[in-house]
Amino acid sequence: MSEAFALLPDYLAWHVLLSASALTLGIAISLPLAVAASRHPRLRWPLLAGAGLIQTIPSLALLALFFPLLLLLSRLTESLTGHGFSALGFLPSLLALTLYAVLPVLRTATTGLMGVDPAVREAADGVGMTPRQKLWRVELPLALPVIMAGVRTAAVWTIGAATLSTPVGQTSLGNYIFAGLQTENWIFVLFGCAASATLAICADQLLGLMEAGAARRDRRRVIAGGAGLLIGVAIALLPLVSFGKPAGYTVGAKNFSEQYILAELVAGRLERGGAHVVRKEDLGSAVAYRALAAGEIDVYVDYSGTVWTSILGRTDNPGREAVVDALTKELRARDGVVVLGSLGFENAYAFAMRRERAAELGVTSLADLARLAPRLKLGSDIEFLSRPEWKGVDAAYGFSFKREIRYQPTFMYRALASGDVDVISAFSSDGRIAADDLVVLTDPKGALPPYDAVVLVSGKRAGDRKLMAALEPLIGKVSVEAMRAANYSVDRDGDKATPAEAARALEAALN
Amino acid sequence: MAVTDIEIAGVEKRYGEHVALARVSLTIPAGQFVALVGASGSGKTTLLKTLNRLITPDAGAIRIGGEDIGAGPPHRLRRKIGYVFQEVGLFPHLTVGENIAVTPRLLDWPPARITARVEALLALVALPVAMASRAPSELSGGQRQRVGVARALAAEPGILLMDEPFGALDPLTRDALGTDVRALHDRLGLTTVMVTHDMAEAVLLADRIVVLRDGAVVADGAPEDLARSVADPGVRDLLDAPRRQALRLAARLGGGQ
Repeated sequence: MSEAFALLPDYLAWHVLLSASALTLGIAISLPLAVAASRHPRLRWPLLAGAGLIQTIPSLALLALFFPLLLLLSRLTESLTGHGFSALGFLPSLLALTLYAVLPVLRTATTGLMGVDPAVREAADGVGMTPRQKLWRVELPLALPVIMAGVRTAAVWTIGAATLSTPVGQTSLGNYIFAGLQTENWIFVLFGCAASATLAICADQLLGLMEAGAARRDRRRVIAGGAGLLIGVAIALLPLVSFGKPAGYTVGAKNFSEQYILAELVAGRLERGGAHVVRKEDLGSAVAYRALAAGEIDVYVDYSGTVWTSILGRTDNPGREAVVDALTKELRARDGVVVLGSLGFENAYAFAMRRERAAELGVTSLADLARLAPRLKLGSDIEFLSRPEWKGVDAAYGFSFKREIRYQPTFMYRALASGDVDVISAFSSDGRIAADDLVVLTDPKGALPPYDAVVLVSGKRAGDRKLMAALEPLIGKVSVEAMRAANYSVDRDGDKATPAEAARALEAALN
Repeated sequence: MAVTDIEIAGVEKRYGEHVALARVSLTIPAGQFVALVGASGSGKTTLLKTLNRLITPDAGAIRIGGEDIGAGPPHRLRRKIGYVFQEVGLFPHLTVGENIAVTPRLLDWPPARITARVEALLALVALPVAMASRAPSELSGGQRQRVGVARALAAEPGILLMDEPFGALDPLTRDALGTDVRALHDRLGLTTVMVTHDMAEAVLLADRIVVLRDGAVVADGAPEDLARSVADPGVRDLLDAPRRQALRLAARLGGGQ
């Protein structure tokens, strides 16, 4: 709980900055559109239908779609002007949330503007107002109470949806929720929900005060509500000003416990060297590598087999060392990315079963599994069944399971323990393999590539000796047992450690 | 004050098949109080609205003080012409004082001049100065239309246009406000054009009555001249209505010995 509070200023500041900017931008876009829609009946339907359509796209998908789009744009501007921009984090989140804020404001503002008494409109013309003066002095003030109702709805939606910007690399109150879900830290999840809901309620109440003021033509209420909002935003943003130290390192992490721990391990070493470190966690697998190649994150830990298959598109398996060597050469040539070296353990995809179930069925290898597959249910994480590794292993053994079910990793282990599934796509460094007494099936055909944890550094940091010096001592030092213990300390049900605590314990065990 | 002769030359307006104005020509000399009279759909309001370009005619020209009103942007013309609306049309989000000050503000008058003008106008339309800070919704119908008249006169226009200004008022208020407006017309030397369907009101207030039917002028003259000379049975009927009504009233109330 105290750790959750310690993170609050930073998370809240970003969350407020993101939702306030998106709301402001959304209002700035939707008001002119509403004016156009209220004046031209032909524009009205397409505008409102278009905004409604955007609203039907799931928020997470909308956020995810902006990343490749911006990446493309960034490459384009870089080739044209020599300067790209960050396609990760704030920008895609801002754009997606802005689109989300547009609909409610557009809809109510159109209704409000169309509801202004025609006699009052004619009077505005009659006293000599220009069309612009009529809009600003008569139509908008009269439509304001209705518009404010739409702004309130937009504010609540935006603040809620902003929690989903965490997976595209933007810090928000969603960090509590996503990290909490991965590490089964329900206090974190609840804390994130409560913080986001409190923020939404505060914004809604202050905007409600402004709405009531606008409806009763009471300027004091409008000013009080507006001042409350401005002061609230200013206070929330203070941590960003004081944390705005000169540029430091950005450490990336994908969305599972081991990645959080390794990111903390790396960040901790850099911070002890006096550097300022920003963490971008919960990145999707492909997002993380692309962000590194684009220089948006400086360092993260990936797995040799993942890069081998997903990035380089290879399907062969020349062996652990050969893969790391080939990666070192090819990533350098392709993206300028430096492979600093292997940490010393593998986190491979491994098919795991409960010991007694495996014994009962007589399964010890993937070949055995393939024979019995039609009677068995496979549990996997969200992405495994879409990955090239699965296609490779499936091609080698020819699986046809009775059912294939996807879970968040945490729930995948639960499903195996409860017998909902018979076999799961586990991770070999996962502490739960030992703790839950699971057996890992052998791979006689060598279809699964090796997954050495490798430290990757972006090309723009290739000459950074301080960074290399801080990280090189880690190379070859992390055993699979140490990593499993660290992972388990975070994943277990009781007496959970935070990723930062686990990273400190892991580092202490290295020396 | 500028020369405010109004010259309407061959003005036409159609809405599809319907002819709202059929080549209307009319000259209104400065200082005259003209009533446009006619049944609903006769084109009287359309004609009034062409004078400040709330409606643009399809053909013909309108000149005020010798200048074509179609030349500049419409808002500049409208700021020089007072307009009193049938539905009053006070801005509900502004106070009475702010409503009156609307056109002077658009013209960027200095604040002190605006304040003085608002007070003077409230006195002119016989409303207490304290009313300036009230909301229009707190006023009675008659008070609202007095504010409407004050707003129309705020920027010291030479011309006052009124579209059935007293139509929604009770008879006593209507009578009092009509008399006050006529007095203002004389005192300020205005050129006034008023649309009404009430011949009695036209006879009582106007120097000149213009009768319209189906978008054309069918009678035009001073009330007493029209009463003497008009032969058209329809117009005759319209002109005689107030007298007939007065006689019937006198008979029923037992007066008129």
